[in-house]
Amino acid sequence: MIELRNVTVKSGSFVLPRINLQIQSGEYAVLMGTTGRGKTTMLESICGLRQVSDGQILIHGRDVTRWSPPDREIGYVPQDFALFPTLTVQAHLEFALRLRKQSRKLIAERTQELSEVLGIGHLLKRSIVGLSGGESQRVALGRALSFRPSVLLLDEPLSALDETTRYEMHALLKRVKQTTGVTTLHVTHSVSESDSLADRCFWLDAEGIQERPSVARHSVP
Amino acid sequence: MLDPSSATSQENTNHRSPRSRSDTLFFLVMGGLSACFILLIVLLLAADIMFTTPRNFYEALAKPEIRAALRLTILSCTVAAILSVWVGTPLGYLLSRYSFPGRWIVDTLVDIPIVLPPLVLGLSLLILFHQPFLGLQVESIFRDSIGFPITYRWPAVVLAQFSVACAFSVRTMRVTFDQMNPRAEEVARTLGCTRGQAFWQISLPQARRGIVTAFTIAWARALGEFGPILVFAGTTRMKTEVLSTSVYLELSTGNLDAAVAVSLLMVILAVVVLLVLRVFGTGLTA
Repeated sequence: MIELRNVTVKSGSFVLPRINLQIQSGEYAVLMGTTGRGKTTMLESICGLRQVSDGQILIHGRDVTRWSPPDREIGYVPQDFALFPTLTVQAHLEFALRLRKQSRKLIAERTQELSEVLGIGHLLKRSIVGLSGGESQRVALGRALSFRPSVLLLDEPLSALDETTRYEMHALLKRVKQTTGVTTLHVTHSVSESDSLADRCFWLDAEGIQERPSVARHSVP
Repeated sequence: MLDPSSATSQENTNHRSPRSRSDTLFFLVMGGLSACFILLIVLLLAADIMFTTPRNFYEALAKPEIRAALRLTILSCTVAAILSVWVGTPLGYLLSRYSFPGRWIVDTLVDIPIVLPPLVLGLSLLILFHQPFLGLQVESIFRDSIGFPITYRWPAVVLAQFSVACAFSVRTMRVTFDQMNPRAEEVARTLGCTRGQAFWQISLPQARRGIVTAFTIAWARALGEFGPILVFAGTTRMKTEVLSTSVYLELSTGNLDAAVAVSLLMVILAVVVLLVLRVFGTGLTA
């Protein structure tokens, strides 16, 4: 479960004021809103990359507000994927498991499992240089899911993809949702993504965050 | 009525002509100015080569003093460059990634060895090692307590070279880390890395080319170092003489042929090291 209690984030002149949000375990929540409202800032605060000025962040009931990112055990896929230029695709999938000193056998099994689910088995030995947008997206998703986090944060993961690849990724994200049951917060501008994937949809604007039963009725910039 | 295709063709011709003239001018001006500098370097080398003969060159190389200076130059430059990268990498990283109180002071201090006149830097090193601080003298601590005197010995050569070379190394490494997207490190931290692990496993491998460049620049800068070595290490033959001081010593004894021969030796050494590092260090051949 992800819970934000009166979370305020200040960065220079930008202020994300008093955000309250609750996403139950296993839910797939989509967060929408106009550009520059602080959706990415909110995700970064949840995974610990940005300090909050006030309020509390709880993951499965534990207050992690002051915890550093590696202690939070949250999978994060940033908008630009931020893949590691010196590592192969396989090394990306193994990275978090090696940090946790898992056995070779377990790492190999998990890599095999992820590469099958994500359809990147044929890319394992390749460097990330030259991967297409869809392939990079799959690698970033695999890297974030590799250590079986209970919470997954996706920051506009499909925005840079072409129409066909985007539909493929919709199907993939649905499969991930069904097979892993990971609690997910997905930031997007796309109504179709929200309609296709979301159990719940939230809207962030100047007045704060509100839950919307259906986003299709609202105009999206 | 105009044929649309011929109109388009005429338009293209009209557009192409003035743009082509302007490009020519652009390349003439830019290329001409660039060529002035390249020509200056080529003429300098050509003048040195024309001045000396292969016999002068071999005679200079046959001298035991020059051979000792060559050996000390290669060793001291390499040690100074390794130390420069060792210190420059963390300092460049900290300056690039973190905002901390007094960062602008640190940033300014790093540049001081670059802007300071070389003789002043040498003099400052000499004073630092011989000026008593609270009754203790740095030189006597090294000499008496550790048994490793610095001044007027080879460590002074390395330290003098390091003082300037490290400043260039810090600058190079800072630019390297500035150009790297910090997002990869941040994501590594969400995957379980501490800051140290993110630095070692993600940032440092990405900075490989920058490290090779920093090493190369530091090595080349150390090779050309003269003023601080003259003051802080002296110019004792077979002891603290490096190639830059050999040129000075040969000149001061009126042996111009040997001075030019040693200068050419330095040019060859620099070119070989730069080429080797460029080809094997970064894989860049273009």
